[in-house]
Amino acid sequence: MTAAADVLTAVPSREPARHSVTTRVVIYGLLIVFAIIYLLPLVVMVMTSLKPLQEVTGGNMFWLPQDLTFEPWTKAWGTACVGLTCEGLKGYVWNSVKMVIPAVLISSLLGALNGYVLTKWRFPGHKLVFGMMLFACFIPFQSVLIPMATILGKLGGIGQTLTEATGSSFGFGNPTVNLVLVHVVYGLGFTTLFFRNYYETFPTELIKAAQIDGAGFFQIFRRILLPNSTPIFIVTVIYQFTNIWNDFLFGSTFAAGDSAPMTVALYNIVNTSTGVIEYNVNMAAAIIAAAPTLVVYILAGRYFVRGLMAGAVKG
Amino acid sequence: MSTLEIRSLRKKYGSLEILKGIDISLEKGGFLVLVGPSGCGKSTLLNSIAGLESITSGEIRIGGQVVNDLHPSKRDIAMVFQSYALYPNMSVGENMAFGMEMRRVPKPERDKAVAAVAKTLQLEHLLDRRPSQLSGGQRQRVAMGRALVRQPQVFLFDEPLSNLDAKLRVDMRVEIKRLHQQTGTTIVYVTHDQIEAMTLATKIAVLKDGELQQVGSPYEIYNSPNNLFVADFMGSPAMNLLEGKVTRSNGGRQIVLERHDHASIVLPVPASADEAKLSDGAKVIFGIRPEAVNDKESVDRNAKAVATFDATVEIVEPAGSDTYVVTRAAGKELTARMRAETPVVVGQNHTFAFNLDKAVLFDPQTSRRI
Repeated sequence: MTAAADVLTAVPSREPARHSVTTRVVIYGLLIVFAIIYLLPLVVMVMTSLKPLQEVTGGNMFWLPQDLTFEPWTKAWGTACVGLTCEGLKGYVWNSVKMVIPAVLISSLLGALNGYVLTKWRFPGHKLVFGMMLFACFIPFQSVLIPMATILGKLGGIGQTLTEATGSSFGFGNPTVNLVLVHVVYGLGFTTLFFRNYYETFPTELIKAAQIDGAGFFQIFRRILLPNSTPIFIVTVIYQFTNIWNDFLFGSTFAAGDSAPMTVALYNIVNTSTGVIEYNVNMAAAIIAAAPTLVVYILAGRYFVRGLMAGAVKG
Repeated sequence: MSTLEIRSLRKKYGSLEILKGIDISLEKGGFLVLVGPSGCGKSTLLNSIAGLESITSGEIRIGGQVVNDLHPSKRDIAMVFQSYALYPNMSVGENMAFGMEMRRVPKPERDKAVAAVAKTLQLEHLLDRRPSQLSGGQRQRVAMGRALVRQPQVFLFDEPLSNLDAKLRVDMRVEIKRLHQQTGTTIVYVTHDQIEAMTLATKIAVLKDGELQQVGSPYEIYNSPNNLFVADFMGSPAMNLLEGKVTRSNGGRQIVLERHDHASIVLPVPASADEAKLSDGAKVIFGIRPEAVNDKESVDRNAKAVATFDATVEIVEPAGSDTYVVTRAAGKELTARMRAETPVVVGQNHTFAFNLDKAVLFDPQTSRRI
């Protein structure tokens, strides 16, 4: 916590502005122009999603809605057709939530534990291990699809055996559990990197003091390290949440049909080949799909910048 | 029986030997200060006692029990760190109670112990604050409180004052000394500040390059340093170390300090030196503390052997309570510590006096005291 604060205060304050009025006009003018360029797609999306279909297909897309309606939103949420079923996005959003929350929490906690071991309980070869974990950050998603499919297939086999023997698969072979596993494994490289760099600057004397006080490995982790990791925890959560929520490749490969995450469902809604293309519904669905990451960023974005700076300057 | 006993302790990192056979013992209630320049191994020694670093060979006993392989928490020690190492997420009270909490001491007992120590250290009004809301001196006191509250056999201090500003450092030094006198605890204290070492210790151990140079009371270390390193390291301003030569005249031996611009200074052999070990013509290092170099009038009246000589005053440094006068002898600067009102003028001759009772001789080859 203090590390991040130190970094902020260490940034030298700007020189008092001595620019003339014209420079200022130019600067703000450019900023406004770029803000418009970046915001325009979102504005069009929101406006389109609030228009009835004939207004979208017939009119100018930059016009404000003449006949304001929330019907596309309710349709996208409740009745739009995804593949053969027409129950909207809601079930798939729930799928994504069930996947993203455990995946984010598990990968963040494991990353913290890794960072703790790699900085405070160093063992011979710790650099090699960390290097190999970093490798996970650079492996393209596509290259792990087939080996991952093999492993998930094996797990599915175990699930089947368990079901035959005990009547329950204990989660083996469950598509949501599979996706959680895939995202945890794939995210570990990043979360470990974040936490290792953060804990690198964490005072080792605190760990020594706790050792003398009689705290064990996990007690130190839980009582000393974790309570002082808020900034980096938030960074990791935002990063992981955005990645996992927005993932399409793993979702479409490993979870089909009813258990598909929301991104896959969105794709299916937009790509439907029967009937007219309902742009307004598509836009509403896309905004619904993007909303959670936006909310997370708005709520915790302040920490995101701080945490990243702490890592950048001191790590 | 000694509370802390260290026998032929060695510590190696690969082929690099950090501690080369340390033997120290400390009686109950003693205050041992480990002092030496950076990288001399004093912090490693302290960490070895704490159990934060493993040792290669040797033995560490605390209260008679060999603790070589015991976990730090089982050694009955407490440590005060240089950075204080207060847990930032806990209040002062929680910080102090954490060790007992980990040892499953019931809460009422913990609260009682914390309250008692908080009273001794005047921390009562701070118990609910976070470390970030405290000043440097307060944090220091909390760190000591956290150590005290457990009532261990040995307290370890790792340069606890080096993060404080000069004035606060003096205050805390007094406070630590008072605490030691009141509670009679056994303390091992690491510092590179020789004034801290002199003022606090009942026993000083001077280390250099992983070897013990000398262990003794502050008086012994200051007045009879074992070798040139200890002589030079302890004391501020440092001891004057001048090159001289042993000569023989009318039956007795003398020490001659040669000078270019003045006549050589001829001195009798100081009482501290073993005359039998001197050979004619041999080179020696003549060591004398600045306070043993003075005016003819203000040299110690009880001194048995005094030698006077004239020399040109090069620099005068008034320090308020004293005046440091720098002159030259045997090709080196010679600092004298004189009364504040001493009438000396730069560039003029002045008569100085050596109090030879306080002088020591060293062998330049072995650098050991003769």
